[in-house]
Amino acid sequence: MTEPLLQLRNLRVTFPGPRGPVQVVHGVSFDLGRERLGIVGESGSGKSLTGRSLLRLLKHPAKVETDRLIFDGIDLNALSEKQMRNIRGARISMVMQDPKFSLNPVMTIGTQIAEALRVHENLPRTEVKTRVRAMLDQVRIDDPDRVMKLYPHEVSGGMGQRVMIAMMLIPQPDVLIADEPTSALDVSVQAQVLDLIDTMIVGNGMALILISHDLELVARYCDRVLVMHRGRVVEELEAGQLHAATHPYTKGLLAAVPRMDETRKVLPVMDRDMEYDQ
Amino acid sequence: MSALSPFPDSERAPRLVSGLGTVGRFVLVTAMTFLGLLTITFFIGRIVPIDPVVAVVGDRASQEVYDATFRQMGLDKPLITQFALYVRDVLTGNFGMSLSTGRPVVEDLVRFFPATFEMATFGIVIGVVLGVPMGVIAAAKAGSWIDQLIRVLGLLGYAVPAFWMGLVGLAVFYAGLGWVAGPGRLDIFYDGLVPTVTGILTLDALLAGDMQIFLNALSHLILPSSILGFFSLAYIARMTRSFMLDQLDQEFVTTARVKGVSERAVIWKHAFYPIRVQLVTVIGLSYAVLLEGSVMIEIVFSWPGIGNYLTTALLTADMNAVLGATILIGTVFIVINRTSDVLYRILDPRSR
Ligand SMILES: Nc1ncnc2c1ncn2[C@@H]1O[C@H](COP(=O)(O)OP(=O)(O)OP(=O)(O)O)[C@@H](O)[C@H]1O
Ligand SMILES: [Mg+2]
Repeated sequence: MTEPLLQLRNLRVTFPGPRGPVQVVHGVSFDLGRERLGIVGESGSGKSLTGRSLLRLLKHPAKVETDRLIFDGIDLNALSEKQMRNIRGARISMVMQDPKFSLNPVMTIGTQIAEALRVHENLPRTEVKTRVRAMLDQVRIDDPDRVMKLYPHEVSGGMGQRVMIAMMLIPQPDVLIADEPTSALDVSVQAQVLDLIDTMIVGNGMALILISHDLELVARYCDRVLVMHRGRVVEELEAGQLHAATHPYTKGLLAAVPRMDETRKVLPVMDRDMEYDQ
Repeated sequence: MSALSPFPDSERAPRLVSGLGTVGRFVLVTAMTFLGLLTITFFIGRIVPIDPVVAVVGDRASQEVYDATFRQMGLDKPLITQFALYVRDVLTGNFGMSLSTGRPVVEDLVRFFPATFEMATFGIVIGVVLGVPMGVIAAAKAGSWIDQLIRVLGLLGYAVPAFWMGLVGLAVFYAGLGWVAGPGRLDIFYDGLVPTVTGILTLDALLAGDMQIFLNALSHLILPSSILGFFSLAYIARMTRSFMLDQLDQEFVTTARVKGVSERAVIWKHAFYPIRVQLVTVIGLSYAVLLEGSVMIEIVFSWPGIGNYLTTALLTADMNAVLGATILIGTVFIVINRTSDVLYRILDPRSR
């Protein structure tokens, strides 16, 4: 096997608490190739912190340590903040949960998308505009010229998320982290947005980290799945092999998924406080 | 058909209001606010002096003088007529005579207000130019020594009385170091040399092309307006800091960082840009407070401003002067409030 695109070893995240430091991520490790990796786990299991740590986004008072964080042969830990900015957006990008909050409310959509490009490339204005228009076209937004002039509050959630995707993909990064990209959206547009992400990732030969608490969804859109629980990776599976899960927590998650062909009165409830051994 | 509508009237009423358009509504609200101000000053004028006639003629006046004044003030007419007359007087700039200066109140206001306006404007410029960046930096570097320093400055702005600061300022910068001029608006031998155009001395001197007088006026102005500026700076910096901390926590700020935007642009372009709207309100309020005339500063610096005028009027029970100055200050508040409303609409795309 060739060198993976991204290598993460032993990620630990600690916050100061009222009674001393509290560790919330306990040594997460994984490799990522040009593939689609899913991270699932219940709320608070450390999925978002893991995603943000890859971009070195966590700030004081969070304490982030890794034994190894290598991206495309670059040791991200060794980079200065300025060098890290050249990675962000341009090489590794991230789509966040709710476009209502993740888009700048007082900047037009066109300006926000253009900024993502301008930060990394010095291009003439007309070319920036052409690229923004083409990008909006790719995320299937009709009438890009009109949408570019709109403010985020003037578009729907589904359209907002497509704008977000356009903004994050316009500098043509290698890795896209999508942190629950559809959980704030209307059910009717969730599949559209996920299909769009999928098409863009596969079409551009990129890597995807899809974060979700929905095991089924992740299995559908990913090649490989990491199951996280209380700050640890408890199981790693091929997407097609979910039924072969051995870890009791994963089995519990699977058992909680309702099926069309079954009749049961009460869905099992996960015991959140249960401690699973590695 | 329309007669069959179940809510014929309730549907029409809101359409009438919205039919006025933004400008119409703006004018209506402004007019109502102003009318409210006049109602309040009217009742204060009728109720506070137990006998408004005595307040004008004094308690030694003869019965004839008393009766004549009583009728002249329209006090024999019904209250609503009195109010209508009052509104007419105010709108035509007739606030009556001031007992203590012996001049029409309007003339006094025209003479005293520019002094306050000049000092307040200088003060607010200092407060904004220093206070806003200080607040932004304090938030961007929350918890650092620079944040602490700015917090201490802010606390001083709250804890130190204005008159004390005025006296110490005079002792140090005027008497001690001789860097600035003393109390008053101008050195005595420059008095009356430039024609009064705006009443703002620095501006009048510039209009007359007299640099010497301009610099002299400036050197009188700089200390008191810096002290006022310091007080508004303390407030503006504190508010800016808290607005910024709020913004820096927002998800779209993280988005900007994800895009690879530099920290400086993250702070100014993404976090600061949206709070201009809130800052307009804060700055407007501080400016209004300064325009009200800081009595303490005006007294310490013998500044012939509206605060000084109003205080004298109150102490001598000069009711016409008190009400005139109150209406002026109230109007200034309304103007500033309405202006920040308009700016709000212009600056925030969500309110359009
Ligand atoms: N700023 C913070 N201060 C203290 N604790 C934090 C902070 N941010 C996150 N945590 C803790 O870290 C844990 C993991 O958070 P994280 O956001 O990664 O969870 P998640 O798996 O993304 O959950 P969700 O599905 O709700 O998004 C949580 O238990 C949370 O309480
Ligand atoms: Mg999360």
